[in-house]
Amino acid sequence: MAEHNSSKYYVPESSPWPILGSIGLFLIAIGAANFIQQSTEFGQNTLRNTGDLGGWILITGVLVIIATMFMWWRDTIRESITGLHNAQLGNSYRQGMIWFIFSEVMFFGILFGAMFYARWLIIPWLAGEGNNAMTHELLWPDFQAMWPLTTTPDGRTTQAMGAWGLPAINTAILLASSLTLTIAHHALITGERGKLILFQGITVLLGMSFLFLQVEEYIHAYQDLGLTLEAGIYGSMFFFLTGFHGIHVTMGTIMLTIMFFRILKGHFSKDNHFAYEAAAWYWHFVDVVWLFLYVCVYWL
Amino acid sequence: MTAVAAHTDHHDDHHHAPHGLKRWLFSTNHKDIGTLYLWFSFAMFMVGGLMALVIRAELMYPGLQVVDPEFFNQMTTVHGLVMVFGAVMPATVGLANWMIPLMIGAPDMALPRMNNWSFWILPFAFTILISAVLMSAFGEGNPSAPNFGWTFYAPLSTKYGPASTDLFILSVHMMGISSIMGAINVIVTVLNMRAPGMTMMKMPLFVWTWLITAFLLVAVMPVLAGAVTMMLTDRHFGTSFFSAAGGGDPVLFQHIFWFFGHPEVYIMILPSFGIVSAIIPTFARKHLFGYASMVYATASIALLSFVVWAHHMFTVGMPLAGTLFFMYMTMLISVPTGVKVFNWVATMWRGSITFELPMKWALAFVVLFTCGGLSGLMLAMTPVDFQYHDTYFVVAHFHYVLVSGAIFSIFAAAYYWLPKWSGVMPNTFLGELHFWNSLLSVNLLFFPMHFVGLAGMPRRYADYALQFADYNYWVSIGAFWFGLSQILFVIVCVLCAMKKGQKAPAAPWEGAEGLEWTVPSPAPFHTFDTPPVVK
Ligand code: HEM
Ligand SMILES: [Cu+2]
Repeated sequence: MAEHNSSKYYVPESSPWPILGSIGLFLIAIGAANFIQQSTEFGQNTLRNTGDLGGWILITGVLVIIATMFMWWRDTIRESITGLHNAQLGNSYRQGMIWFIFSEVMFFGILFGAMFYARWLIIPWLAGEGNNAMTHELLWPDFQAMWPLTTTPDGRTTQAMGAWGLPAINTAILLASSLTLTIAHHALITGERGKLILFQGITVLLGMSFLFLQVEEYIHAYQDLGLTLEAGIYGSMFFFLTGFHGIHVTMGTIMLTIMFFRILKGHFSKDNHFAYEAAAWYWHFVDVVWLFLYVCVYWL
Repeated sequence: MTAVAAHTDHHDDHHHAPHGLKRWLFSTNHKDIGTLYLWFSFAMFMVGGLMALVIRAELMYPGLQVVDPEFFNQMTTVHGLVMVFGAVMPATVGLANWMIPLMIGAPDMALPRMNNWSFWILPFAFTILISAVLMSAFGEGNPSAPNFGWTFYAPLSTKYGPASTDLFILSVHMMGISSIMGAINVIVTVLNMRAPGMTMMKMPLFVWTWLITAFLLVAVMPVLAGAVTMMLTDRHFGTSFFSAAGGGDPVLFQHIFWFFGHPEVYIMILPSFGIVSAIIPTFARKHLFGYASMVYATASIALLSFVVWAHHMFTVGMPLAGTLFFMYMTMLISVPTGVKVFNWVATMWRGSITFELPMKWALAFVVLFTCGGLSGLMLAMTPVDFQYHDTYFVVAHFHYVLVSGAIFSIFAAAYYWLPKWSGVMPNTFLGELHFWNSLLSVNLLFFPMHFVGLAGMPRRYADYALQFADYNYWVSIGAFWFGLSQILFVIVCVLCAMKKGQKAPAAPWEGAEGLEWTVPSPAPFHTFDTPPVVK
């Protein structure tokens, strides 16, 4: 690996963007804390009333982060185009991206783990299994174990989200998008520009339609099924898993859109397209998460 | 004088180094960023230390005298958080930043800008966390800072958490982002930036232990992020993750927290293993005994650390099979830990040992860390843990492994590498005073905690039964003695930073091996621009 150190490793001169990013995160954190407290019901426990100041700080923070990313990546793209990057740096970027995706796997992993813990252990225990007969008897004697949990121990009810209809269509859309993305990637390597642009465009559109249908599904859940964040553990798990997945699809779609425009600008070549590759990996990762989700949350 | 000499000797220093505030704010240099991490963690060590002294002042005598119990709870909580996330972790990241590129012959970390970002998130994150304490101490109406213990169990932190819990949650998110990026940087640097000939099995053990630490970080920081996010929605958006009424379970929180938490304790100790494995061979003038077994032991500790988490939860009423599983797995972990201790001792066997400062700290580490490991073994036995759990015995256990373990090894690292960082030798007289005072006081501070714990004194209370009064008095004396001793270390570090002291040669320690000693002291701003060849 390090043996073929033909050209010097590029160590960038100092850069103002990272600290700008920290300031952005700082604003997001205090803004979000304040905004959430002001805009949700929180008993007697709120900090002093600050109106919608928190919301504005939050928005400023998000804008700062977007600006940071823009500037930072602009620098990186420039360096890449002027040929400062060598193969070893490319490896660093690739490996970095792989480990980032691994951390995301762990994040979803713990959400799935929590879901199965609830399903296989908590709910049977609340219904009196194991050595929990008295808990059941004394706390919620009427509670019955089931999954999806449509009646909570304290009596809230909801309907479960079916697996067919929208979710099935969405599965098809995401699978198709992975396919079109692979075709586009292939076209990039073989240098068929027209095909690349076409299939990249289709992938972005598929991503957007997935998000659109997901919103439809949430509206359906809230309005028709009574399936909300407040509907007990089933609703919590449902919205956490699909919601965080949806956020990732959004980020992936944004990345793929940026790649679309960078393709139009002619940024990528057959053997210099790390950013494209990273976005593609990310998209496939999001796709795989969805498959697990579809099977474990909607289906089983 | 010496400062001038150091500068003319290594005029490289001047060539690229930017000056003024920008040098630190915009840095992409692993040495500067390492220095920032180290000073930051030192500052946090002081802040967390002051909180510990508030705790010990209150506990010096039975009854309530110094602070009210509500504030006492905030002190135990924030002390723990600051020490874990602000002092120990950033200190080891600082060491990684400074030493890994030097040890593997790389020009810098693999992703220098991201490196800067990892660091500069931390001061902001801790500003948020500590602002909660300042508001509690001085703010109008004294709104409470986080007060649920560093383990922030639900429902104390959800239903009953104070308003500042949300600040805490978001600052933990920031720390997580910082740690994940820092860890990715270490992994990529080690895997991709080694000089020609520096094969994996030739890497210094510090690099190995950090590689494995970084893997643990990437694996479990997202889990922590998941836990605090669930807390946030439980608090504000009506989800039921940790509420049995909605079909969730507060114990689920403990599972998630400790799935992060136990690997986290290894994140804090593995780099220390690497430090000690560098220092002992140097001063015993022998090669490290059983290098390969050290690597495998570290890896198996890391893997096992994913399947022992529930030893923190023996008393919550898990099914028997689960309890037994976690008990045996925990005991299993002491096997690779034992391998390490054995190897350190075997390295010293028939060596020609000298006792310079780094070696003193390293030896203290081996003995006292082993003490902590043994009390860990006692805690690992479920039936006896029923008695020890949540008593001062646990507090004694983890302070032996963390203070006289992790922190002592960080001191060892500082005395060992300060010549390389600053170009001057740390002051031996002050260093000796620092060592002996710390060694004696740390035992006065933590050893009696075993006894009061076994006798049943619960942790995290502002008051205690009269029978514990004598021991607690001496513990508090030990605490203030230990705290004051650290001022000596401040002076040692400041003297080095001001380049006051005996000038250090490139390789100040006779028996030391490794690439870091082939570059001048202080290490020039850029090193290994062209990679060295390792044979
Ligand atoms: C031989 C190895 C070890 C064993 C068998 C062991 C075992 C245990 C057990 C069973 C507990 C739970 C006690 C209770 O709450 O009832 C515990 C607590 C703890 N251990 Fe260890 N441990 C070991 C090494 C370490 C190391 C190396 C560290 C850190 C560097 C560490 C840090 C902690 C901490 C921080 C806690 C307390 C957490 C809390 O409740 O606040 N341990 N240990
Ligand atoms: Cu543990």
